[in-house]
Amino acid sequence: MRILVVEDEPRLLRNLAKALREEGYAVDTAEAGDEGLYKAESYNYDAIVLDVMLPALDGWGVLDKLRKQKQTPVLMLTARDGHNDRVRGLDTGADDYLVKPFDLAELLARLRALIRRSAGQARPALELGDVVMDTRARSVTRAGEPVTLTAREYAILEYLALHRGEVVTRTTLYEHLFDENDDTLSNLVDVHVFSIRKKLGHDLITTRRGQGYCIER
Amino acid sequence: MWLAFLLVSVLTGFTVAVFQLHRLTQFNQIDEQLERRVAALSRDVRGGPPPGERSGHPPPEGDFAGPPFPGPRSDSTRNGPPEMFRGRREIRLSAATLGLFNEAEQNTYYFAIWSRGGAPLKRSANAPAAVPLPERLAGDTRTHLRMRQIFREAFHFTELGDCILAGRSINADLKAVRGFTWWLLAAGGAVLALGLGGGWWLTTRAIRPVEQISAAASRISAGNLSERISGANTGSELGRLAGVLNSTFARLEAAFAQQKQFTVDASHELRTPLTVIISEAQTALAHQRSGPEYRETVEACLDTAQQMRRLTESLLELARFDAGQERLQRDAFDLAEMAGACVERVRPLAARNGIQILCDLVAAKMLGDTDRMGQVITNLLANAIDYNKPNGEIRVSTRAENGAAVLSVCDTGQGIAAEDVPHIFERFYRADRARSRGSSHSGLGLAICKAIVEAHGGSISVSSQLGAGATFTVRMSASSGP
Repeated sequence: MRILVVEDEPRLLRNLAKALREEGYAVDTAEAGDEGLYKAESYNYDAIVLDVMLPALDGWGVLDKLRKQKQTPVLMLTARDGHNDRVRGLDTGADDYLVKPFDLAELLARLRALIRRSAGQARPALELGDVVMDTRARSVTRAGEPVTLTAREYAILEYLALHRGEVVTRTTLYEHLFDENDDTLSNLVDVHVFSIRKKLGHDLITTRRGQGYCIER
Repeated sequence: MWLAFLLVSVLTGFTVAVFQLHRLTQFNQIDEQLERRVAALSRDVRGGPPPGERSGHPPPEGDFAGPPFPGPRSDSTRNGPPEMFRGRREIRLSAATLGLFNEAEQNTYYFAIWSRGGAPLKRSANAPAAVPLPERLAGDTRTHLRMRQIFREAFHFTELGDCILAGRSINADLKAVRGFTWWLLAAGGAVLALGLGGGWWLTTRAIRPVEQISAAASRISAGNLSERISGANTGSELGRLAGVLNSTFARLEAAFAQQKQFTVDASHELRTPLTVIISEAQTALAHQRSGPEYRETVEACLDTAQQMRRLTESLLELARFDAGQERLQRDAFDLAEMAGACVERVRPLAARNGIQILCDLVAAKMLGDTDRMGQVITNLLANAIDYNKPNGEIRVSTRAENGAAVLSVCDTGQGIAAEDVPHIFERFYRADRARSRGSSHSGLGLAICKAIVEAHGGSISVSSQLGAGATFTVRMSASSGP
């Protein structure tokens, strides 16, 4: 999953990016509203963490413009918590609203929920045949036995699972696995898929030649 | 209340006076009539006017050989008149006299005449049944008046001892007087009622707006400061009063709003560093970290905490200025010297950024707090360095002008946009939105400068154009100080 964090306080931005990366997300950052908008419009992020008080273009402005083009889930962060601000945020198109200072664990949980919801998945556990994914614990079991996946493998599996039934192109997987700072080898995705198949069985992920990968329903 | 009291007393006095006057007049009239009749009767009986109408007139000399006065004369028959007067006398009354008495009427004048011995000589037909013979004081021939039940009678004793009495039932008169009294009371009551009613109506009319105003004012001051008193635009005194109150409320409302805004802004400003600290700590604790990583986290927390400390100190300072609790020293010093000292202190910082500082410091004496003014100058210089372009320059000048010490700090930086200029001294206002938050500016520096300068009774202003730098001018009074 790839997340964009837009926040003008540099220490906080750094810290959030670090925490999210440790959770297995690919994270892009922006320190101002216009930069954030540009990035949000350029890529299909799985979620955006958006601060309200931003230089150049404030959070509401970014959200307003973004919603004209994309439905990316947005979680707004702010030090302002008047009722009007919450209502305004949610009405403008935010999917969730967190007041600073926030609990890091809560932020992570809400992000997970946002991503799940936008994929149409209500429950935290995903069942793929005898493979069960716990998106909260980021763990996978096969027939009850826990299976160890690397972070990247888990990420690919999670994405395919959340978009079950859809054919996901390699490019899309690249975009959702690596942030802008990564220089990737083009066949890294294939390597990971191969590895997943070895661990969880060959039937889990099907290859559509010329198109991409898919976890069938 | 007072009006009622006053009205009642005035009316009472008036009524009583009128009443008394009337009564007296009436009685005087009656008495006069009675005396007239007595005189007429007496004339007829004696052939001459009675001696003296009332008192004080001595009897005419030698006319009637009446016996001298002293000695009780209960029995006036002792020193009786000459023989010829004994026996029933025939009293002849002239037609004129009789005309004074209308014997047919019951309630009009009557007369009664007694001889010396007390035997009734003549009485009018309409005299009441029993008219007692009046008592005679020794030899007194004055005409007296007496009240007997409802009869007013005038009588006098002739020298011969005859008693002549004219009387009148004043029943009717009393009734009339009573009637008059009632009428007077009624009229008085009506006037009183009218007066009270009118007065009450007028005063409530006048008081009502005042009560309205005072009720509205207490409502407003108790709760809703945005309400205003209506009717404030009439030209009357009350209208002006309402206008003054309204503008006071407007000022109060603005002050409270500003307070509230300040508190809100302050809490926002503090929330961000708090978020950093909490976030850093939670992230660090989420996984096992290495020594250097923990160190880094702790350092970040410390830096941020220091930032919060500076912020809270600035906030407290502003709060103290707001409350007027800041005590400022009154020292005489030269603004030019102080500016020079501050410039020297910041020169290293400026040099690091390649900024040149040019000074034009002319002596400018002023009274004030040296530490605080140093704070102001240093703050302005620090801003000039931070918001300057690389290798730019700063011009600092001081001069004395019209009894004021003037300082100006001019930089060649990015300038301030026209729409930001009026707000630049506001708390937490950051004109430079494009500048990232990472800088150490809290948005309070200029607000504190303004507070210090104004606490000294001076003024601070800025002129700037976007892209062409900014000039801050501080004007301090040379003599009055804080």
